[in-house]
Amino acid sequence: MKHMTEEELVAYRDGETKGREASAAHLQECAECRVELARIEAVYAALNAMPVPDPGEGYGQRVWQQIAPRLPAKRPSWWGRVTRGYAVGGWFAPGRLAAVGAAAALVIVAFLVGRGWKPVAPAVQATDAAKVRERVLVVAVGEHLGRSEMVLVELAHMPLAQGHKMINISAEQQRAEDLVEENRLYRETARESGDAAMAGTLDELERVLLDLANSPSEVTPAQFEAIQKRIEAQGILFKVRVVRQGLDEQKRKNGAAPEHGGARPGERNKA
Amino acid sequence: MVGSEPAGAEGISDAIAVERTLAGEREAYRVLVERHSRRVYQLAYRISGNAHDAEEIVQEAFLRAYQKLEQFAGNANFGTWVYRIAANCAIDRMRQRKNEEAKREPVSSPKEDGLEVDPITQVRDPRPSPERLAGSVELAARMQRALEELTPAERTAVVMRHWEGCAIEEIAAVLKSSSNATKNTVFRAVQKLRRDLEQYAAPRRAAGAMETKL
Repeated sequence: MKHMTEEELVAYRDGETKGREASAAHLQECAECRVELARIEAVYAALNAMPVPDPGEGYGQRVWQQIAPRLPAKRPSWWGRVTRGYAVGGWFAPGRLAAVGAAAALVIVAFLVGRGWKPVAPAVQATDAAKVRERVLVVAVGEHLGRSEMVLVELAHMPLAQGHKMINISAEQQRAEDLVEENRLYRETARESGDAAMAGTLDELERVLLDLANSPSEVTPAQFEAIQKRIEAQGILFKVRVVRQGLDEQKRKNGAAPEHGGARPGERNKA
Repeated sequence: MVGSEPAGAEGISDAIAVERTLAGEREAYRVLVERHSRRVYQLAYRISGNAHDAEEIVQEAFLRAYQKLEQFAGNANFGTWVYRIAANCAIDRMRQRKNEEAKREPVSSPKEDGLEVDPITQVRDPRPSPERLAGSVELAARMQRALEELTPAERTAVVMRHWEGCAIEEIAAVLKSSSNATKNTVFRAVQKLRRDLEQYAAPRRAAGAMETKL
């Protein structure tokens, strides 16, 4: 009689399904293999005797205390929120709407990039389709700048309530985070289209928005003042207003005289 | 900390805790850490063989899990997932330790009884462990040493297979190996353990008497 190998016995003991019936039948007949299997089992039984010290009831709390300071704040990406669909606030919650806005921005940008948006010299070989695309972008970027401006204005003018130890800026922070994603798309589009002035302004805006998005959701009055000062020092509000007004003007021109290409963004942004 | 925790956080399911953590509610992660730490510690201790490394592995596992939480599939079991991460941390740590020791001391010195010293024994928890206080001191010490004889992969494989009943495929994923190679790893580990433990665990005569009933 051919005995089972040690490997076959270990596999059998571990629940291997391949050839299991044949192994079981052999073991019924073969006392030597049964003894061998019992020896393997005894080794496992010895392992079970290995004591593991119990770290105690409060161990989980200790682990948390040790790792909590090392955990960075989680900021769900706008794409993550759109795709994950977590059940906080419903589909029309403000944060989710912002995420949808960002997704829409992606679609607009993809459309424009795919069609070869050339806003730097639209008047040279203007076609109706090119004009439509530019108008769409002008409106989209204008609205993006308007939303960004609103967040920055709210922060810049938020009064410091006396006696409050912490100031909650989570709403502004959330909006800034959503705007960062949109901003990145528009900045890339502007850069690829050769509109360096627009790309530069959007780049500056992105740094301010990122700074805000990466702040804690609750800040001390001193930290809050520092944020306000940073916004003020960079003059970003002024730059955003100038660009947005330029875009508004262009939007009006486009609306009034669609046969013209409108102002050149390069010139527009020199303000 | 208690004051800042969300109402009823302790009672929430793992899935909701993961969801809330991903939504930016860091305190929700505390629920997961407190709920799974002890079990992860057991695994870490069995693989590393000492309390100090086990505690480090537990912390590292929960930190890695937090960083990778976006990759966690919502329909999976968080406990199983963090457990696998802990096994990865443990094997990384043991390999790193072996490499460091190998660089420091290329030739390991055999002990009096012929068994080589694993680097892990040199950082073993100096406090008296329960097995030393219990009666079967010799067997426990032998078993500890037998486990230390295993390579990190063998030890991880045998711990996951034997104590946790993990499937070969799960172990293969941790070892970054194929199923067949993992089966071989488990088998090699059992062979080594038999060699070192059999005479203590079940003397031949006794084994003959305790034939497995089928």
